[in-house]
Amino acid sequence: MSEMTKIHILDSTLRDGSHALAHQFTAEQVMQVVKGLDEAGLEIIEVSHGDGLGGSTVTYGFSKQSEMELLKAAASVIKRAKLAVLLLPGIGTKEDLKMAADFGAKVAQIATHVTEADIAEQHIGLAKKMGMKVISMLMMSHMGSPEKIAEQGKLVESYGADVVLVTDSAGALMPHTARERIAALRASVKIDIGFHGHNNLSLAVANTVAAIEEGARWLDACTCGLGAGSGNTPTEVISAVLDKLGYDTGIDMWKIMDVAEDVVRPMMLKPVRIGKVSLTMGYAGIYSSFLLHADRAAEKFGVEARDILVEIGKRKLVGGQEDQIVEVAMGLAEGKKQASTA
Amino acid sequence: MENARVAILGSGNIGTDLMHKLKRSKFLDATVMAGIVLESEGLARARDNGLVTTHEGIEGLLALADQFDIVFEATTASAHLEHAPLLKKANKVAIDLTPAAIGPYVVPLVNLNQHVGEPNVNMVSCGGQATIPCVHAMGQVAPVEYAEIVASIASKSAGPGTRQNIDEFTNTTAHGLETVGGASRGKAIIVLNPAEPPVLMRNTVYGIVEEADPEKLRQSIEAMVRRTQEYVAGYRLKAKPLVEDFPGGKGKKKVTVFVEVEGAGDYLPKYAGNLDIMTSAAVKVGEEIGKHLVAGTWQKKETMEARV
Repeated sequence: MSEMTKIHILDSTLRDGSHALAHQFTAEQVMQVVKGLDEAGLEIIEVSHGDGLGGSTVTYGFSKQSEMELLKAAASVIKRAKLAVLLLPGIGTKEDLKMAADFGAKVAQIATHVTEADIAEQHIGLAKKMGMKVISMLMMSHMGSPEKIAEQGKLVESYGADVVLVTDSAGALMPHTARERIAALRASVKIDIGFHGHNNLSLAVANTVAAIEEGARWLDACTCGLGAGSGNTPTEVISAVLDKLGYDTGIDMWKIMDVAEDVVRPMMLKPVRIGKVSLTMGYAGIYSSFLLHADRAAEKFGVEARDILVEIGKRKLVGGQEDQIVEVAMGLAEGKKQASTA
Repeated sequence: MENARVAILGSGNIGTDLMHKLKRSKFLDATVMAGIVLESEGLARARDNGLVTTHEGIEGLLALADQFDIVFEATTASAHLEHAPLLKKANKVAIDLTPAAIGPYVVPLVNLNQHVGEPNVNMVSCGGQATIPCVHAMGQVAPVEYAEIVASIASKSAGPGTRQNIDEFTNTTAHGLETVGGASRGKAIIVLNPAEPPVLMRNTVYGIVEEADPEKLRQSIEAMVRRTQEYVAGYRLKAKPLVEDFPGGKGKKKVTVFVEVEGAGDYLPKYAGNLDIMTSAAVKVGEEIGKHLVAGTWQKKETMEARV
């Protein structure tokens, strides 16, 4: 057999994974996780607020420690892997990206809604100019047709992105719809293609495998399947699956299992699971990061989280619009009050 | 009493919407529109509405200098950098709707009075016009330690200029929350939503304020919203302002205000409340300056050079 196909894995335990801990990772925890991932052979390790640089806000939740402190902690122990950050234009700015580069970030994930890639031109350009590898994420990919994704992929390619990721932020794609999107990109761009899955329909691993079979060579994953909603593709699981399928990930499977089990799992505040709210998100195609906010608002205002999601679905909210969740819950509570007094 | 006369520089969507709003103004008469394309639809509409038009840009406009006192700049930031010194030399007051920000930021109900006499004033950003009044209203009750806003706009209402330089929105708006809104620290977020039919402009304004009476905070915000409605009819609260204890904050309050802006639909579509609030606020600023010019109470301030 010829040389094994190389798959590039970015571990996002300390970025997307931080949603599951309400962005409360400490510098000490970051050091432990980065050290473990680095020794297990991960190629890229991402550290940022769950909503990207500059995401520590009232809207998305304040981080326990500043991005600078966390990046500094990561950089102090990283040896082989490259340090990555996430930026959502509109939330973070070029200044945040410069700060991250100063702290040693070598890879920038720049994410936009699947139809809005043109707001990322300057950020992609700046990251390239600073010598970073740029992975462009087309979020909520289920909302974009394969043709739309092909068009937006061409845009980010023209801005200088090195990789374009079909990003299933709502965990709403199925193996065949993931394949269609990868195939559309393959036909339209020359740059590498990747996949970022969420597990709301229990399909994160299956979709990732389908994407790889279709030609994706980059993927995002989180140890213990941490991440927004029902979490991301678990790093240790996809490492084992890809090993069995004969792909080269460069990851030591036994070591990554140990990191997941012994380092990350004890840090978890609660298990990441497919509950009725996150399952509804996958089914209805709602941004996974809304989970924590919908749960909190449901409790605070005494309404059903699922009812909040239904209204969010009607409003067609996209990533970043977490601010409207409380207003939706207040409206539902008001409606309930009126119904009971009528 | 006579009205101040104004010119519109820029014959695109914003310039055309401005013209329609100015036609309703009791204090301003729109006399000239300048563009750079002879066959532009905006210039044709202006002629139909009785304005004198020129397609020779700033030169064409200045050749008609005896016909106006105030100029609404509705072109681009880079164009305004060239136009500003020429307008000043010609003794015209510039109301700048671009992000150039040569002159001070103005928000009508918040700080306009301080800047009457400036030869050049800037309209901040759509998000700034929609949210700074709320932050200022909080500040009238208690010091605002931190203000954060999320502006959601319809993808269709964001032009190529906004898209190519989205940081300009976030940075300008955050700066406006501090310098005009009075917050010690500001943060701004913008989200483009591609839903069809297009969504109305939506803003959430958060303030972390020192210990204060929740009812006073709510009243101050509601009063400010009512006053803002006088010049932006489609500006409204989506829910009662929410006042909560800020966790671990020794009596500090977290205030949340939900605001929606529906456009008047003059020329721009109703969903484009983000553009409507800019043109509406600019007309309001023009009216206040115009009243002073007519009454002879406009005293020129010489602060522009320092900023350029």
